Amino acid sequence: MKVSAIASRRFADQLAGPGVVLPCGPFVVRVKSPISQVSSGLHRLYADFDAIESDAFVDFEVRVEPPSVLRRILRPQVIFSCDGRIPFKPLPRHQAFAMLEWGLNWVVSTHAHDHLILHAAVLERDGSALLLAADPGSGKSTLCAGLVHAGWRLLSDELGLVRLDDGRVVPVARPISLKNRSIEVIRALGGLEVGEVCPDTTKGAVAHVRPPRDSVLRRGEPAMPAWLVFPKYSEGAALEVETEGKAHAFMEMVRHAFNYAFLGGDAFDALAGLVDRCEIRRVRYGHLDQVVPLLDRLARGEPR
Amino acid sequence: MSRVAAPRQDSLLAATLREPDEVRSFDLKRWERLIGEARGADLLGQLHERLDAAGRLDSAPPEARRHLDIARRLSQRHREAVLWELDHIAAALGPLEVPVVLLKGAAYCMSGRRAALGRTFNDVDILVPSHALGRVEDALMGGGWIPEGLNRYDQRYYRKWMHELPPMQHKDRCTLIDVHHTIVPPTSGIVPDAAALLARAVPAGQRGAGMYAVLAPEDMVIHSACHLFFNEFHKGLRDLYDLHTLFGEFGVDAGFWPRIQVRAMEMGLARPLLDAMEQSRRVYGTAVPEEARLGLRAALGTPVLAGPRRWMLERVLLPDHPSCASRATRFARWLAFVRSHWLRMPLPLLVYHLAHKALRSE
Repeated sequence: MKVSAIASRRFADQLAGPGVVLPCGPFVVRVKSPISQVSSGLHRLYADFDAIESDAFVDFEVRVEPPSVLRRILRPQVIFSCDGRIPFKPLPRHQAFAMLEWGLNWVVSTHAHDHLILHAAVLERDGSALLLAADPGSGKSTLCAGLVHAGWRLLSDELGLVRLDDGRVVPVARPISLKNRSIEVIRALGGLEVGEVCPDTTKGAVAHVRPPRDSVLRRGEPAMPAWLVFPKYSEGAALEVETEGKAHAFMEMVRHAFNYAFLGGDAFDALAGLVDRCEIRRVRYGHLDQVVPLLDRLARGEPR
Repeated sequence: MSRVAAPRQDSLLAATLREPDEVRSFDLKRWERLIGEARGADLLGQLHERLDAAGRLDSAPPEARRHLDIARRLSQRHREAVLWELDHIAAALGPLEVPVVLLKGAAYCMSGRRAALGRTFNDVDILVPSHALGRVEDALMGGGWIPEGLNRYDQRYYRKWMHELPPMQHKDRCTLIDVHHTIVPPTSGIVPDAAALLARAVPAGQRGAGMYAVLAPEDMVIHSACHLFFNEFHKGLRDLYDLHTLFGEFGVDAGFWPRIQVRAMEMGLARPLLDAMEQSRRVYGTAVPEEARLGLRAALGTPVLAGPRRWMLERVLLPDHPSCASRATRFARWLAFVRSHWLRMPLPLLVYHLAHKALRSE
């Protein structure tokens, strides 16, 4: 049953009680939370997801809930836990939904070791995948949302999961996380649903974009990487594009891999395969209007 | 075959490690719980090994099998990483020509113990003579290991009171090394003869031009028991599984049991050894000869607060997973935390230490 088919009141009750079971990339997670912001955020942004029957195999149970009674009185906070483990410090209560999203990223990036896990946004067009890899603050997620707006299928804004056996990237298709000014930039494009803005996180203001229905429905379809782009937004910059060498790209991607050391030789092979297969560009831009058409042309194989 | 009654405070994980054939009748939900408990206890890799050895891996549905295979992949790769790290440590310490004894995970790995199968760990523990501590620390710093950014109090805590230097982390590989000069904190009041531990150590493998040794079998088991029963039981069930496999491997030699009894009495560490024997037997069904267990019991007498002590031990040795969580297990873990400090230092020092921690925390 789709999340959207469950009445919001019933959804909140289920979340506060037995939990809601959702797909999360290559895993199935049970989410429990008594917090209304978590329930409204999930109900809205995961509307097209299937709420899975509870007799399925659940890989992880995650909770977002207030800590002990004492702390609740002193300062309203939330903690994220996964099967009883608490990977992060508590956050102020108004960041509950953002914390769930960060927590789910943690669940995938620390357990999906049957994949090479890259810190990259992944989009698909005509069966081929585009990976965007960059350090935080480079505009990766904003560009990802801009490309989704332009019709690319969303695989993930954060986690490039490269299967070790065939090199394809597995979709996650969870909400795209936007920060600060990019929230307005993406809102202004129209057509994408942006959730509630959560101010004052350590990353500034944060809001999440609901993944398009088509991306969610096709979350079973992996895609073969064809393009690897290192984007760099800087305000007012003119468009600059250069082809990046394979060896440099490889070394840079090692830095963007979560589990390179864990996987050793398997990671090397998977990454070498990916870099070999991809056309690689380094792109500097000051506006989405410059870079989105450029990537569209790259995908169509047209000369720039 | 008559089935042995389940022990008190049993878990699905412990039961499966005892009787892997039982998985034949597991439904999907039972597998889900087994995988969760094994992950919480840090025993997924060992569970893979156990099921594999029993020929029962194929009973696992794909959803569960996947987690077992991931654990196996990580533990195999972990072995390569440990050997690689030991080469680097050997390069740094080789020129000193001091004996270097590997402890715990790295020791199981290098001496080919079954306890190493499927097991992963975060740091390499080594034991060196106390007179060489300064030189070892300098040589490691020269090799790129940096003492963790601790404040002055923490530095003093380790250097003055503990049995190890503050942990050191390598600047490029981010690997951790703990340098010990004995096996229990001197502040505990128990002072085993560290020189005897080093003298009894046995060479382990050719890595690092043969410079590494591991503790003699009896000492290895006693150290493993101390590590578990003097600490906070974080990963307690995993450490107890180490003990179970060590007992199983060394215990084949009938001379092992009287020898270990003598060694434990000599070092004043008979209590943790007896705890190890009793708990490993209770949880994993370890074959411990009656004479060995009862002999130690008779020599030691009944511990203070025997009932509450048993109550606590049985609960902290459950997997750290919601399926085993309750108010009682939380309370038992808190007790174990308090107890570990109590054992580690005399009361005045303990009060000072805890007050310092409480007042200095952010």
